[in-house]
Amino acid sequence: MPEKHLLLRHRDIPDIHELEVYRKHGGFEAFRKAVTQMTPDEVTEEVKKSGLRGRGGAGFPTGLKWSFMDKKNWPHYVVANADESEPGTFKDREIMERNPFQFLEGVAIAAYAVQANRAYIYLRGEFWQVAAWLDRKIAEMEAAGLLGDNLFGTDYSLRIYTHLGAGAYICGEETALLESLEGKRGMPRLRPPFPPSYGLYGKPTVVNNVETLTNVPLIIERGADWYRTIGTEKSTGPKVFSLSGHVNRPGNYELPLGTTFRELIFEHGGGIPGGKAIKAILPAGASSAILPATDEVLDTPMDYESVPKVGSFLGSASVIVVDESVDIAWLVRKTIHFFKHESCGKCTPCREGTYWMDKLMEKVMAGQATPEDLEILYDVAKQIQGKTLCALGDFATMAVVSGIERFKQDFERAVKALVEVGV
Amino acid sequence: MNAFYERHKEEIERILAKYPPEHKRSAMLPLLYLAQRDRGYITREDMAQIAEILGVSVTEVDGVVGFYTLLHDKPGGKYRIQVCTDLPCALRGAEQFLHQLEEALGIKAGETTPDGLITLEEVMCIAACDKAPVFQVQTGEGLTYYENMDLEKTLALIEQWRRAEDAPSQNGGRPTGSESTTINQQSSTNNP
Ligand SMILES: Cc1cc2nc3c(=O)[nH]c(=O)nc-3n(C[C@H](O)[C@H](O)[C@H](O)COP(=O)(O)O)c2cc1C
Ligand code: SF4
Ligand code: FES
Repeated sequence: MPEKHLLLRHRDIPDIHELEVYRKHGGFEAFRKAVTQMTPDEVTEEVKKSGLRGRGGAGFPTGLKWSFMDKKNWPHYVVANADESEPGTFKDREIMERNPFQFLEGVAIAAYAVQANRAYIYLRGEFWQVAAWLDRKIAEMEAAGLLGDNLFGTDYSLRIYTHLGAGAYICGEETALLESLEGKRGMPRLRPPFPPSYGLYGKPTVVNNVETLTNVPLIIERGADWYRTIGTEKSTGPKVFSLSGHVNRPGNYELPLGTTFRELIFEHGGGIPGGKAIKAILPAGASSAILPATDEVLDTPMDYESVPKVGSFLGSASVIVVDESVDIAWLVRKTIHFFKHESCGKCTPCREGTYWMDKLMEKVMAGQATPEDLEILYDVAKQIQGKTLCALGDFATMAVVSGIERFKQDFERAVKALVEVGV
Repeated sequence: MNAFYERHKEEIERILAKYPPEHKRSAMLPLLYLAQRDRGYITREDMAQIAEILGVSVTEVDGVVGFYTLLHDKPGGKYRIQVCTDLPCALRGAEQFLHQLEEALGIKAGETTPDGLITLEEVMCIAACDKAPVFQVQTGEGLTYYENMDLEKTLALIEQWRRAEDAPSQNGGRPTGSESTTINQQSSTNNP
């Protein structure tokens, strides 16, 4: 049977969440190979060569990040980012629920590569059941001698722990996540220093997304050259696209990076319900610059280089589809509302800016905005950009700026209604 | 140590063992969840005792409780129904679903039914966007997802809770941590 999935392997192999089944399909051989036949640096080098880039949103090269770990400062930690809170993203949850061992093996290999003896999985608080489930899977690994002391007869030892957050989008940002894991409020740290030099408890730490880590066993097992045959030259490998909104078949789709929006939405997602026309696409969840669904955009390959060329980002590849019935001003208001709620309040441009953008959008939606209000809104958004401590501030402006620039008619309608009644 | 510690000694020790001994503050959220399990919310006294166990000030614990939306310092309904109305869900009718539920329960989002059974809340994305309408139900014991819901199914669920209240010996439908064992049956996928 041809292999259809490399990450969502549970869709081809029933019961892969059972340890024997996972092992029967080669599970934990990559971890064994790494620990018994490769030096930590060789593992990092292989991941570097594979071209794997972070699937949590920023697309940073994974092997390069591992190579930044400060080798003069010990102990080292690995932290898996299982906070998955970007509106429209639901891929990490499926991986952890259905193919948990491949993810856990990735955590283990990453830990070996940076010589960490402890790894934490930070899950958003809503993933209560997923955490309990992973605890069971971790216990099964311990019982089978795949975690603990002297692994595979070497002197390498590793333990993996889960840790639940408690409801805060900002804890997905890696330094806020570390603060939260230390038992504090989840507020981002000033950077630099970055986690590979100053991370958990001030020690060198690798933070990687769940999906990123789930790629790692494949790379070690089959090699970087094989991995590079999937995807595009600069965006290698498979990617899980979370497809939501106005599509007939929403869900996760594992496809090579570089697949077009059109293929995802129309072939896999079954197109737009009710025969309506597609109006817009948010490629990276609520943090996206909104793309009008033109032919050019629909034929754009979804990879880290191509999406910016048409004016947005791939991010975590949470593709939200919007049909012609939707008022983009309404949509923008939804995103602002989200970011205002989730701003941690640590820096002024983000805290105050999201508050004002929310107020102004409220006016727009109530049909009470003047053309000047719209200008102020646009200016406030522009002024936030590049002036905040973490990327949330920028995220909050994406829909506003792109909405006003690219869907002017939807905003003008709100403003005009008011001019027409003579206010 | 203190009453909270004595009450949960074994679990607290198990939690503390997950973190390096010099960083036991990391046990903050797990201990707060433990406190919340007792009453459904966290009292000032719990905070003080947790502060003592972790060696931090009460103000710091209080600050943490205030920061996170799943931690509560005031009593609410026994079941907190938390409906997602974030963008992807809203595109699939989640706001209408919430309104229907508000009408059926006779309360607005943010309010609690007079019998103290249910608090209705509106939440941001819970990573189940392809299964809208969705909500999670939070109790002191934990949190359970309900996906692809409609008003009828939801009212049936609430009816189950009401019956369980009337027959306190039975657990009927109440989310508990043990439901996590069935995670693979509640598949998160509905496509190939
Ligand atoms: C506001 C904000 C929220 C984020 N949320 C998440 C998240 O939920 N999950 C995630 O993996 N990364 C998230 N990130 C990205 C992380 O900061 C970090 O880049 C990532 O965990 C690195 O792992 P990767 O290189 O494997 O992608 C977020 C970033 C920001 C600024
Ligand atoms: S940009 Fe917003 S979320 Fe990020 S640190 Fe500043 S206030 Fe907090
Ligand atoms: S938007 Fe509702 S679960 Fe994601």
